[in-house]
Amino acid sequence: MIEIEGVGLSHHGTTILHDVALTLPKGELIALIGPNGAGKSSLLSLVARLQPLQRGRIAVDGLPVDRTPGRDLARVLTVMRQDTGFAGRLSVRELVGFGRFPHGRGRLTDGDRALIDEALALFDLTALADRDLMTLSGGQRQRAFVAMAFCQGTDYLLLDEPLNNLDMMYARQMMRLLREMVEQRGRTVVIVLHDINYAAAYADRIVALKDGRIVAHGSPDDILTVDLLERLYGYRMQVHRIDGQLLVRHHD
Amino acid sequence: MSAVERRVWLAAGLALLCVVLHMAVGLRGNLAFVLELRALKLLALVQVAVAVAVATVLLQTVTGNRILTPSIMGLDALYLLGQTAMVFLLGGLGFAGIDPRLKFLAALLAMVGIAAAVFLPILRRHLSLYRMLLTGALLGILFRSLTSLLARLIDPNDFAVLQGASYANFSAVRGDLLVVGCVLTAAGTVTAWRLRHALDVVALGPAAATALGIDWSRQITAILALVAMLVAVSTALVGPVVFLGLVVVALAERLTGTQRHAVLLPTAALIAVAVLVGGQTLLQHGLGGAGALGVVVEFVGGLLFLFLLATERRR
Ligand SMILES: Nc1ncnc2c1ncn2[C@@H]1O[C@H](COP(=O)(O)OP(=O)(O)OP(=O)(O)O)[C@@H](O)[C@H]1O
Ligand SMILES: [Mg+2]
Repeated sequence: MIEIEGVGLSHHGTTILHDVALTLPKGELIALIGPNGAGKSSLLSLVARLQPLQRGRIAVDGLPVDRTPGRDLARVLTVMRQDTGFAGRLSVRELVGFGRFPHGRGRLTDGDRALIDEALALFDLTALADRDLMTLSGGQRQRAFVAMAFCQGTDYLLLDEPLNNLDMMYARQMMRLLREMVEQRGRTVVIVLHDINYAAAYADRIVALKDGRIVAHGSPDDILTVDLLERLYGYRMQVHRIDGQLLVRHHD
Repeated sequence: MSAVERRVWLAAGLALLCVVLHMAVGLRGNLAFVLELRALKLLALVQVAVAVAVATVLLQTVTGNRILTPSIMGLDALYLLGQTAMVFLLGGLGFAGIDPRLKFLAALLAMVGIAAAVFLPILRRHLSLYRMLLTGALLGILFRSLTSLLARLIDPNDFAVLQGASYANFSAVRGDLLVVGCVLTAAGTVTAWRLRHALDVVALGPAAATALGIDWSRQITAILALVAMLVAVSTALVGPVVFLGLVVVALAERLTGTQRHAVLLPTAALIAVAVLVGGQTLLQHGLGGAGALGVVVEFVGGLLFLFLLATERRR
């Protein structure tokens, strides 16, 4: 369970998050949606202790994120940021292998190697395993970073726009993999999404953020309504149901 | 893996060859005496090579920038200011008369002290690494301008003494100081080696490293303290060495094709040893200019680094 209570954040006098309170259950795929600048990345980075907590309280599985040693937290929770921005000389296999760092401090066991191979295969990276990260395309690099997060084996994964740069095939594959991790391995995935149709199709729960506040929180059916989407994004979209599946037509 | 290992061994062989040549070429006269002299000089060269290589790797990893040298922290500029101030206050003769042990200790403490005084408060307030480096760079500029101001006021005869101190000089290192330097450098190098896996993760940047359980500000503080210590020791011992680190790290990376610290740290150190010891041997026996190593290394190092930068772009 992720418990967020009274969390506020401000930078240089501008308030970015206003008193956010949110409880997310374990074992679900949770989509965080909202317009650019809503505060999604900021909220995620506070949960993942990437920036110091200014106000409020956040606990993951009962561990307060601002007081638990980083090493212990890294076995429970991991995060992938929106801009992974690393361009050093590193092979895909090495990067994915870093996911095992919290467990063995850099020494890989046979079990670790099996896990790395599994992650490479799952994310379709086996053929690229020995390539330099710098030589990959944006989408390939993105998959390598998610594979590293997967390899870390934490119960909680926070992913900030992991579908960035992915084509339709890989975006679908990524969402199905995440879905499978939730259903078969009982993991909890919090994912920032911009294409709400992916949220509609794969999420158990949607949290909508705007101007640093939680606007709505509920099942896809509750959240993806014409009125609520207008409140979030400022224009009217068409919400259809095709073969039982919600579909938002957000382009003209 | 074995291909990378072969490259590391290649660097090791090269370093060993340079060491053997340094000890063996042109032996004449009282063998025991000459060998002892050469061994002392070798120790100074190896120690500075390792300290500079390791410090440069660490600083580049922490900043995620492959073209920074530890001189961005301004420590070598402080050293030069200290030397200049001493010549200014005491005159050339007075400067030459100070106990070298005292000079070494004072330089070491001043550099470590200023690093702690400037960088620790910034780190404690969680300010960005770049703000800290900028502070270091500005301090460096301040120290350098003070140095040139003082240098203008110095008697021209004393100025020659000072010029000798502006470049690394490996000829006049004392045995007892060498022991202190070796102990500190060895301790720093062993610490860096033990951190090698954590350093690989630190190289991913603050967010990814934190996600993998690195306590970023603590780890950064420890690494920068290590850099400051290594730079201070080698500078206090022989004088400033700036471009050597850049070149050997770039060469090590080019040679092995990896940035993993288990490979990069030893390879960079070995190449540094080969460059310094080989350079010294070449200058001494081939060109007859033993005292000029510091100048030559900076000059050739600078050129070589430019070349590496220019060819990197095309790949
Ligand atoms: N370090 C910072 N200093 C000042 N303002 C910041 C800082 N980080 C974020 N902000 C501001 O906070 C607001 C929320 O930013 P955040 O990155 O959380 O938005 P987001 O919902 O992730 O947006 P996007 O969809 O574009 O990724 C923005 O207005 C942004 O300009
Ligand atoms: Mg964002």
